[in-house]
Amino acid sequence: MRIHFKTSYDHDIRLFPDWWSFSIYAALVIVAVILPWLLGDFFLGEVTNVLIWAIAGLGLMLLTGQTGQASLGHAAFLAVGCYSCIILMEHGWPFLLAFPAAGIITGLFGTLFAIPAVRLHGIYLAIATIALSVLADDIIVLLDPWTDGVSGKFAPVIDIFGLEIERWSTPARFYWLVLAVTILCTLAYRNLLRAPLGRAFAAVRDSEVSATAMGVHIALTKAAAFGLSCAITGLAGALMGFFAGAFNNETFSITISINLLMMIVIGGLGSIHGAFFGAIVIAFLPQVLSMVTDTLGGGIAIPGLEMGVFGAILILFILFEPMGIYGRWLKIRTWLELFPFARKDMFRRQKSYLKTERLR
Amino acid sequence: MSLLEIDRATLKFGGVTAVNDLSFSVEEGEVYAIVGPNGAGKSTVFNLISRFYEPYSGRISFAGENLLDRRADAVADLGIARTFQNIELFDHATVLQNLLVGRHRHRRTSMIEELLFTPRVRREERRHREVVEEVIDFLDLQPYRDKMIAGLPYGVRKVVELGRALASGPRLLLLDEPASGLSVEETQDMRWWIDDIRKQMGVTVLMVEHDMGLVAGVSDRVLALADGAKLAEGTPVEVQSDPAVIAAYLGAPADGGVA
Ligand SMILES: Nc1ncnc2c1ncn2[C@@H]1O[C@H](COP(=O)(O)OP(=O)(O)OP(=O)(O)O)[C@@H](O)[C@H]1O
Ligand SMILES: [Mg+2]
Repeated sequence: MRIHFKTSYDHDIRLFPDWWSFSIYAALVIVAVILPWLLGDFFLGEVTNVLIWAIAGLGLMLLTGQTGQASLGHAAFLAVGCYSCIILMEHGWPFLLAFPAAGIITGLFGTLFAIPAVRLHGIYLAIATIALSVLADDIIVLLDPWTDGVSGKFAPVIDIFGLEIERWSTPARFYWLVLAVTILCTLAYRNLLRAPLGRAFAAVRDSEVSATAMGVHIALTKAAAFGLSCAITGLAGALMGFFAGAFNNETFSITISINLLMMIVIGGLGSIHGAFFGAIVIAFLPQVLSMVTDTLGGGIAIPGLEMGVFGAILILFILFEPMGIYGRWLKIRTWLELFPFARKDMFRRQKSYLKTERLR
Repeated sequence: MSLLEIDRATLKFGGVTAVNDLSFSVEEGEVYAIVGPNGAGKSTVFNLISRFYEPYSGRISFAGENLLDRRADAVADLGIARTFQNIELFDHATVLQNLLVGRHRHRRTSMIEELLFTPRVRREERRHREVVEEVIDFLDLQPYRDKMIAGLPYGVRKVVELGRALASGPRLLLLDEPASGLSVEETQDMRWWIDDIRKQMGVTVLMVEHDMGLVAGVSDRVLALADGAKLAEGTPVEVQSDPAVIAAYLGAPADGGVA
């Protein structure tokens, strides 16, 4: 059992609470960096895929987990990021400019969408965002001159100061690129959490009334959440485009939006870890399923199996572990740290008071 | 000039007149209590000051400035902080984070700076935390500092809500039933805190409270409200012995009555 002695205010402000956790994350980063020498190309590709999903998950987590605004439209923002990055590169922009520009453009789209969306709550917001997901497909087709509609686009080779990066020919370089973006996005997210804006997000999520009384401008805060969330999602979308190599109007379907939302719920809403845990499940579940059906069913494909299993897992989590995999992990860790003093009902919540809706 | 002036404010909800042509003013440095039976309109007065509701008619001013010109989220900037009758905390955040949200009106850094966590952000954070730690010490919240609100007992939540309001460094503190649901000991603590908040921190307090022991103990002046209108105003003793007040309470026996 570790005991924290806090000796200065910096303790809670620091990125890592103590040497122990710093060492763990440092070790994790080192392993991640040398991974290309440890894994074959196939598995490296899988890990790259997990990281890209994790970035997208961080984006949605910021909006849904942190600010409490559900979105079933984030596939549309993946598409905006993907198309804007690649169209800019086709116009001669270098990747190092086109990529952040894609994030900014997607962020602006998100902020624009926030103008009507900040008035909507809960299920109404979810419905509006579904509309966005559905519309995205049609808009990509309508914008054929730029997007090449149904026939789609191919991702160009990335060139960073003469260094060529491509998913198939240089999988390790592509992986490192994705890893770098992942680390930067995670750091930015973490910084936000220890700063006023991140706390304002949580305040808006938990009680708009008292957030307002504390001086938080609800609409601006939500718009900032939409903007930041979509910017990160846009970066993930661009990386997805490079990872897939080719994409068209059907690539960023509503299924992707649903998967993303499921991912962060399963991983654990409101935590950075949750985005990563969820990404691992979402990225590896199809593989595991196909292995299982291969060995059991002799290669017979069962339609809708993947969605069915995702749905079942989601329902089980909502019923039994609403805090997601991260919540379960926290409980196991606490149990181990306290061993043998853990009590069975330690995590049972206090019955809380009645909360009225009178002030809404 | 008084710190807070309510001038002939009226608010209707459909057919119900929740606040009826009500005028009163709160002086800088005093503890002013509002009492009255259930549904008298006490919380509605708070919500008018917080700008959650738009008055039907009348004026509200704070330190000479017209409060009605401000949006609800700009009220905190003037140094008005409040608690809620039904406790409105950020349930999925820790006590420390809740109190830090109280500092939001002092935010000076931009989104970009915060994403990069520049030295300026760090400096500001340190300053916020100094204030918040003082509040935690003052309210004896150390044991709960890093606990999630969702798991805390009711009495502690009440104190955290008071702490969040104090963390904002208010000039005027609005407390909606600070002692409701508290044990005798907790009520006693609350009484001392309110005394200290006024005397040591120089904060003006406007509170709604049913516990007449607490009201008589801490407040300088009391306003008795019934059906949204003023029944009586004066020292605790004057108001408690006012025939109109006694009649109003006897007419509403469901309420605890005047002790
Ligand atoms: N949002 C609202 N919509 C409609 N009616 C309301 C609303 N808020 C309050 N009221 C009504 O206004 C009247 C005053 O309510 P208020 O909450 O101010 O009473 P109170 O004095 O705080 O009572 P209590 O002691 O029960 O807290 C009540 O009749 C109440 O039903
Ligand atoms: Mg009330």
